[in-house]
Amino acid sequence: MALDSRVPKGPIKDKWTDYKNKINLVNPANKRHIDVIVVGTGLAGGSAAATLAELGYNVKAFAYQDSPRRAHSIAAQGGINAAKNYQGDGDSTYRLFYDTVKGGDYRSREANVYRLAEVSANIIDQCVAQGVPFARDYGGLLDNRSFGGVLVSRTFYAKGQTGQQLLLGAYSAMNRQIARGKIEMFNRHEMLDVVKVDGKARGIIARNLITGEIERHSAHAVVVATGGYGNVYFLSTNAMGSNVTAAWKIHKKGAYFANPCYTQIHPTCIPRSGDYQSKLTLMSESLRNDGRIWVPKNMEDVMAIREGRKKPTDLSEDERDYYLERRYPAFGNLVPRDVASRAAKERCDAGYGVNATGEAVYLDFAAAFDRYGTEQAKIHNITNPSKEKIKELGQEIVKAKYGNLFQMYEKIIDQNPYETPMMIYPAVHYTMGGVWVDYNLMTTVPGLYCIGEANFSDHGANRLGASALMQGLADGYFVLPYTIGDYLADDIRTGPISTDSKEFEEAEKEVKDKIEFFVNNKGTKSVDYFHKKLGKVMWDKCGMSRNAQGLKEAMVEIKAIREEFWKEVSVPGSSNEMNPELEKAGRVADFLELGELFAKDALVREESCGGHFREESAELDGPQKGEAKRNDKDFAFVSAWEFKGEPGDAVLHKEELEFKDIELKQRSYK
Amino acid sequence: MNLTLKIWRQKDSSSKGQMVDYKVTDISEHMSFLEMMDVLNEQLVNTGEEPVAFDHDCREGICGMCSMYINGEAHGPDRGITTCQLHMRMFKDGDTITIEPFRAAAFPVIKDLVVDRTSFERIQQAGGFISVNTSGNTQDANSIPISKIAADEAMDAATCIGCGACVATCKNSSAMLFVGAKVSQYALLPQGRVEATERVQNMVAQMDLEGFGNCTNTGACEVECPKGISLDNIARMNRELMKASV
Ligand code: SF4
Ligand code: FES
Repeated sequence: MALDSRVPKGPIKDKWTDYKNKINLVNPANKRHIDVIVVGTGLAGGSAAATLAELGYNVKAFAYQDSPRRAHSIAAQGGINAAKNYQGDGDSTYRLFYDTVKGGDYRSREANVYRLAEVSANIIDQCVAQGVPFARDYGGLLDNRSFGGVLVSRTFYAKGQTGQQLLLGAYSAMNRQIARGKIEMFNRHEMLDVVKVDGKARGIIARNLITGEIERHSAHAVVVATGGYGNVYFLSTNAMGSNVTAAWKIHKKGAYFANPCYTQIHPTCIPRSGDYQSKLTLMSESLRNDGRIWVPKNMEDVMAIREGRKKPTDLSEDERDYYLERRYPAFGNLVPRDVASRAAKERCDAGYGVNATGEAVYLDFAAAFDRYGTEQAKIHNITNPSKEKIKELGQEIVKAKYGNLFQMYEKIIDQNPYETPMMIYPAVHYTMGGVWVDYNLMTTVPGLYCIGEANFSDHGANRLGASALMQGLADGYFVLPYTIGDYLADDIRTGPISTDSKEFEEAEKEVKDKIEFFVNNKGTKSVDYFHKKLGKVMWDKCGMSRNAQGLKEAMVEIKAIREEFWKEVSVPGSSNEMNPELEKAGRVADFLELGELFAKDALVREESCGGHFREESAELDGPQKGEAKRNDKDFAFVSAWEFKGEPGDAVLHKEELEFKDIELKQRSYK
Repeated sequence: MNLTLKIWRQKDSSSKGQMVDYKVTDISEHMSFLEMMDVLNEQLVNTGEEPVAFDHDCREGICGMCSMYINGEAHGPDRGITTCQLHMRMFKDGDTITIEPFRAAAFPVIKDLVVDRTSFERIQQAGGFISVNTSGNTQDANSIPISKIAADEAMDAATCIGCGACVATCKNSSAMLFVGAKVSQYALLPQGRVEATERVQNMVAQMDLEGFGNCTNTGACEVECPKGISLDNIARMNRELMKASV
């Protein structure tokens, strides 16, 4: 099947408006006869469910947690971008569009990104109307902060809990519709397959996680909004339950999966402390505004620190290697996420890591204490302040800015970051890849949509800070509710979809068989054993830097783990009760397939772009020596994979990317 | 360190539960409490026993899913944190730790340490929203200035994570802190004032219907709340209710 992105014709500025003027609409009386299933109720799914219900469709929404408010969107800290230009600093729709395409290393679809920038301002209006308590200045107007990789201040925020507040906004909109009976909410339910009738998505099979019952649900269209697949690495900043299952099941039923290898590894996370580690915790990127990143220059000092003979504060300035400032004098500690992460890995691989595991670098605020303290002393007219006084004054300022993060760090690591530098290391955080969708956010299966982090469309090979929340809400509030109408306009006379068809029966049987297999297998190893093993291969061979040989090995190794899993996995308990081990088993089974496709995708992409760094594709000399080298001539395309029975046999379809409104440039942060 | 755990085991909502003893060894002080539970569960799986079911997801103190009553305290010993943020360095070698679910008539046990908190959902559905549709032509976000003080106070109330520790801690199983936080957030903002009367009446009526107890001002909820939601929110809700009834 040839890929058709269905991007409307005409100048980029007019595409979305023209499109909306021409699409088919469903009249309000008919919407009452149309059902839509939304799977996942984070920012994208929650906002979509609420809006579709407001429009008059009957919505059935599904979440594996006990409430939509618990989706992992809730953990986003920093903020949400919008081209409001409230600061008068020259921001515009075009500039937000440009920054996003450039930040994505020119691997996203222009028309989608432009639309995203276009609706971004509406999101802020909508959220304020819903009662989202964004930060304000003393004049009572909305405040902004700036984020990595851009030159304007366009990020709206609610303390360090922006994701929480936006999600609670969408949740409140959902609650209003649940109360009206327009959304039927299925908490503690997990989608285990999609059902196609006559080639169209017409329902899902879901498991009630309390009773274990397998249920059939039908609808005229299905929307998958189940987030990213970072947990394929076992350790990531994702929630424990975050998974690829819904996205992977639809892939196996015909939805192409795009750019699986594009993963964002976030530079500022709390390092791993031992093998028991269950997840990683992110520290907001904003810390890099005031912290300086370093490792010791000399190996003796590294050893002395690891063995506890020296403290980081014992090292003088010239015994330290501020490697980001050394390598990237122009951007210093504020280089984009992918660059900062790789540089940390480079130092640790060379043996300079500063903790027991050898995987940590310092993030030091001493210079910020000094700078802010001196400034404060001037403001308060303190003459000849002592060193201690300056430090104290400076710490107060830093505390006001990042107090909650410092406290979080101290709770986890049990060290006081005001007295000793923080230790940080990169961790898997976000996946730019995902289910392929066209301009309408429809997958390659008619009637099956994919929105939010679960799709691939807007961030190219690297996502900028504060853009995930923007995309989730843009898709759910302002894009999907239009585009889905165009499709559903053909369904006004269809009537209710029966669940008594052979398609539902077959899909249900397949799901049940797999569950029975798990609880009866009585193997010798726990689900986590396999998940950790997979995670290690992913991290070592498909992590921050990749090469052909490693990727080929990864494919073989993952396949072997998968075969062992199906022989040896042990799942206690039964199928007809709450059984968390059984839930995990199903999810890990899917990760074990996705992992192989991931490695295959990374192998095919013989260029470095964004979060995907191929060691073979680096600048060999000149001022950019050693930096990532993109190859626009051969790789300016989206890789969309079609499932063919085994992940390794997937067939590649290419969507060529055209850049009509932006000139392609090499990113330079030197 | 080596520990004895006394854990509530209950097959499902209709079965009777009981405390069961387990031993775990070689626990590192750097582990989180839930990682210690992972160790126990791995041990149980490897011996073919059913692991202990407990709710958790984000493991960073924001989703509100984790909900254990540890040594007689919601979210355990330590303040301003959730169970997932509790670390083993709060315990010592040889300790016996009691672990129970959050208990309240309105939070029936589903299995082991997992409870059903959908009563909170129904309270939110009764009025925890502002009636505004998504349209794309809502008025500009800056058209109504809101004082920084009110916005910050609304934000403080809005940080409630809906965990239910306040209810589990309260001797009356009252949900006033949770409901007060939501009522306050909207009452403090001009956008929320429009429906303020109906909202507080509907949410409180639903709260009573769900079987949560009365508030007798003991203040235990504020102490155990991981997000530091203040008792002022209960006072504000009471004022809103009074206004509504005159
Ligand atoms: S008020 Fe505090 S204790 Fe109660 S649900 Fe909210 S966060 Fe939890
Ligand atoms: S697991 Fe999310 S708050 Fe504890």
